[in-house]
Amino acid sequence: MSAAEFAALEDQGEFIRRHIGPGEAEIAAMLAAVGAESLEALVARTVPAGIRGVDLSALPPPTNEAGALAELRALAEANQVKRSLIGLGYHGTRTPPVILRNILENPGWYTAYTPYQAEIAQGRLEALVNFQTMIAELTGLPVAGASLLDEATAAAEAVTLAHGQHKAKSDALVVADDLHPQTLAVVRVRAEPVGIRVVVAPVAGLAATIAAEKPFAVLTQYPGTEGALRDIAPEIAAAHAAGALAIVAADPLALTLVTPPGELGADIVVGTSQRFGVPLGYGGPHAGFIAVKDALKRALPGRLVGVSVDAHGAPAMRLALQTREQHIRREKATSNICTAQVLLAVMAGMYAVWHGPEGLRRIARRVNLGARLLAGASRFGLRHASFFDTVVFETGAETDAVMAAALAAGFNLRRLDGAVAVALDETVTGAELATLARLLGGSIAAPKGGLPDGLARTTPFCTAEVFNSHHAEHSMLRYMKRLEDKDVALNRSMIPLGSCTMKLNATAEMIPVTFPGFAEIHPFAPVEQAQGYLRMIRTLEGWLCAVTGFAAVSLQPNAGSQGEYAGLLAIRAFHRANGQGHRDICLIPSSAHGTNPASAVMAGMKVVVTACDRDGNVDLDDLRAKADQHKDRLAALMVTYPSTHGVYEEAIREICAIIHAHGGQVYMDGANMNAQVGLTSPAAIGADVCHLNLHKTFCIPHGGGGPGVGPIGVAAHLAPHLPNHPLVAEAGPATGFGPVSAAPFGSAAILPISYAYIRMMGAEGLTRATEVAILNANYLAARLAPHFPILYRGAQGMVAHECILDCRGFGQGGGVLVEDIAKRLQDYGFHAPTMSWPVNGTLMVEPTESETKAELDRFAEAMIAIRGEIRAIEQGRADKADNVLKNAPHTAEEVAGDAWSHPYTRQQAAFPLPWVRAAKYWPPVKRVDNVHGDRNLACTCAPLEAYAERQFMQAAE
Amino acid sequence: MTTKFTKDHEWLRQDGEAWTVGITDHAQNALGDVVFVDLPEPGRVVEAGEAIAVVESVKAASDVYAPIAGKVVEVNAALVDDPALINQSPTDAGWFFRIAPSGALPDDLMDSDAYARHVESAT
Repeated sequence: MSAAEFAALEDQGEFIRRHIGPGEAEIAAMLAAVGAESLEALVARTVPAGIRGVDLSALPPPTNEAGALAELRALAEANQVKRSLIGLGYHGTRTPPVILRNILENPGWYTAYTPYQAEIAQGRLEALVNFQTMIAELTGLPVAGASLLDEATAAAEAVTLAHGQHKAKSDALVVADDLHPQTLAVVRVRAEPVGIRVVVAPVAGLAATIAAEKPFAVLTQYPGTEGALRDIAPEIAAAHAAGALAIVAADPLALTLVTPPGELGADIVVGTSQRFGVPLGYGGPHAGFIAVKDALKRALPGRLVGVSVDAHGAPAMRLALQTREQHIRREKATSNICTAQVLLAVMAGMYAVWHGPEGLRRIARRVNLGARLLAGASRFGLRHASFFDTVVFETGAETDAVMAAALAAGFNLRRLDGAVAVALDETVTGAELATLARLLGGSIAAPKGGLPDGLARTTPFCTAEVFNSHHAEHSMLRYMKRLEDKDVALNRSMIPLGSCTMKLNATAEMIPVTFPGFAEIHPFAPVEQAQGYLRMIRTLEGWLCAVTGFAAVSLQPNAGSQGEYAGLLAIRAFHRANGQGHRDICLIPSSAHGTNPASAVMAGMKVVVTACDRDGNVDLDDLRAKADQHKDRLAALMVTYPSTHGVYEEAIREICAIIHAHGGQVYMDGANMNAQVGLTSPAAIGADVCHLNLHKTFCIPHGGGGPGVGPIGVAAHLAPHLPNHPLVAEAGPATGFGPVSAAPFGSAAILPISYAYIRMMGAEGLTRATEVAILNANYLAARLAPHFPILYRGAQGMVAHECILDCRGFGQGGGVLVEDIAKRLQDYGFHAPTMSWPVNGTLMVEPTESETKAELDRFAEAMIAIRGEIRAIEQGRADKADNVLKNAPHTAEEVAGDAWSHPYTRQQAAFPLPWVRAAKYWPPVKRVDNVHGDRNLACTCAPLEAYAERQFMQAAE
Repeated sequence: MTTKFTKDHEWLRQDGEAWTVGITDHAQNALGDVVFVDLPEPGRVVEAGEAIAVVESVKAASDVYAPIAGKVVEVNAALVDDPALINQSPTDAGWFFRIAPSGALPDDLMDSDAYARHVESAT
């Protein structure tokens, strides 16, 4: 008996209560407020009965944090950590411990959202400007973006950018045959649906092929995939002579020593910043990068941080040129990219801050010398005399023996045809170098080969003050803390962003990410060494199949937008396999996320927009008419469920049936999956494929704008058409269409987060989380309804997991715009809800299940207080132009200043409610001037000279 | 000197042989502060309804169409350095381009009263 009692006292369901904010008493109080007797009764009034039901019996019962951590530790230890010198764009790196703990393992950085509310995101915006500056200077180009998903997709983005720019409308792309194979594969997948023809040419024949093909762009690798380093200026010149743009995929560490492609004439440079301190993690997440010539900046895909000024003229940063992006341009966008890799870009930028230009050069010189020493030691001939870090040894008939001996000694090398490639990195020790020399039949003596004459870098990089002043750990620690403190993340207050699901990212879920058994595995290591990963991946796939009701899942897509694209490619492949390749019309309701139409265009489809009715639902008559009109060419419908308006549409099964009756497939956008788990499923509503945002519903943190993971689930008939990977057979079906990501399993290193979440919640906890998410949203709707019109409700008056507050009426009486409310919330210490989407002039609030009633009440009190402030303006008690809303946010400098000219008090400005005083967050800047920033685009740190000059001027004043 | 309007919120005004084209006050107001314009190459031969310029604010991007077929004879280069001209003076200093028409004008152009009714009905 006592043993059973002992076991029973171990609280296996503990985490459910930790993750779900409200306890029993709070839930009872909130149910009373929304007028429901129980959670079940609330759900019955919210979710249409016809779609209820999902079988989660495949999920194990919940375990607690200790249990999940032990399980994940065992999985990590089932991986074999070898020294992987495989290269292919993935290299061992030493993550500086100060960055590991204070960025990667720090919720102040990893729980932040994409910096759309610029005033409360100045810290990570500055960190991203550091990244952009570093990339721009290393590549020798003036403008760099704030990261892309990985090197291969960055190359694909560059290709489509160039294609869109080409005036002569060539459809040919010439690719040098020494491109990384996974990059070539991703580019091929991206090229085919949009009619781009990929011509692969040997390096020696590049100029002739360019002249013959007259391509729109030429894509080369620098150094090449085998490490060969050559002067690419002639091929860039050949590209330009043929009217093509020159795209170069480059290694940023090599660029510290060799002439940057921008100086050789390249128009676009892409690559990955992984080796700047970001763990291998079995392929990701890592920050891809892109830099362009000035003339191409308005076509740059993805986010770009620009420096502007605030309302007082002080420097302030924000996302620039947003009109390029899918949320504005939709099907005319330059790309579908939304989520990027902010956390990893921040890490890579900090790596450069920590080491400085001299440190980076020293690391690069050591890596290069290691390669040269190995080249000199080997008894085998060298395939390429010039290289940076990767040497190819002509091992001929002895290739198998060398590979086997290396493996026995703990090294993964890259097998080539009759040769072995060894890619050196900063982690390789002198002893390991000696072992490698022995394996190659020699001993370390004189170096051989290396950087070619005439390609030495002569221009400085990372000259800005920030890269030259934080080399002592205290300085670095405080610099990162200073930036962190400027931002609002989930460790400060709730972030009620509708459609973004900013739920708890539990510490126990995060800890396994940096287990060495997960962090130090190369994506192209032999799969026998990644058995722990594979077991975790297969288990997670199975669980996600249960949650979605689908037959198969691919974890490869690195973001929701990439999942959309992958899912549509699966649909396209399915139609083609059935002799229906002419089906290319994609119906998209007008309420859809902007990524939907952008993804459809990338998948070679033509977008037909269908109308929504007054309640925000899909207009069935219009849908039916358009499905019928296009029945011979209908490929797919993209539909979000619950709708982007936060409502469970009653007609969803009918919507799906209409599409199927007209020969189309249904793609469900899983952005709102947090309102489905355990209650219904994509399969239950009638969809054929969906993506999930693991960084929304399944607890991967937003990282300040990435990483994300956007797996797709598919019904059985689409399973043969999932993504796969040219280098790893286990990544997908042999019949698949190819890869959408550089790495076989996308961002494998962060999958333990979702694994831990599902493992600790079990079916019961996941279902309850959904119920409480619905309760929290309805509770906020009930509290705020007397003060703000709630825009859409379901058939029985309930909202789903989010609600829309209509703020359009405040413009007439008091001149208050929704943006004023968003900025005023910052004075209360809150991140604004999603602004002006999906309806202009509104706020969309999604509290998630992880917020306690106390936090919801705080937010409601802030909103109600702001409504009072608006009323004061409407009634003439406050000035129409000079009021707390128009002047928001208020900085400490302003409130504590000697001069105060406003008709309201400093107290009203900074401490509008009693509890604000208890933990005051001070916005670091006033409202940022977007217009000034876009008219005067500046995307890099001021160089050291400008800084010194400013200091001097200040001192002189 | 007659000014005509299109349903896409552009105005055109005969100026000798050519027609000067810009966006209306209503259009600049809807866009908000303009931060960028992309203008066609002078000499380009255009069709009526062809998108030949782009105007962007911080929140929206919009194509500007050739309202009539013909040849672009001049563009307002001042807009490139000072796109705010479009907000300050949409129907004068904020003009976009001049087109020498190659045929008859389209018959769906509006006079100012008809355009005012068009704006009214669209809002």
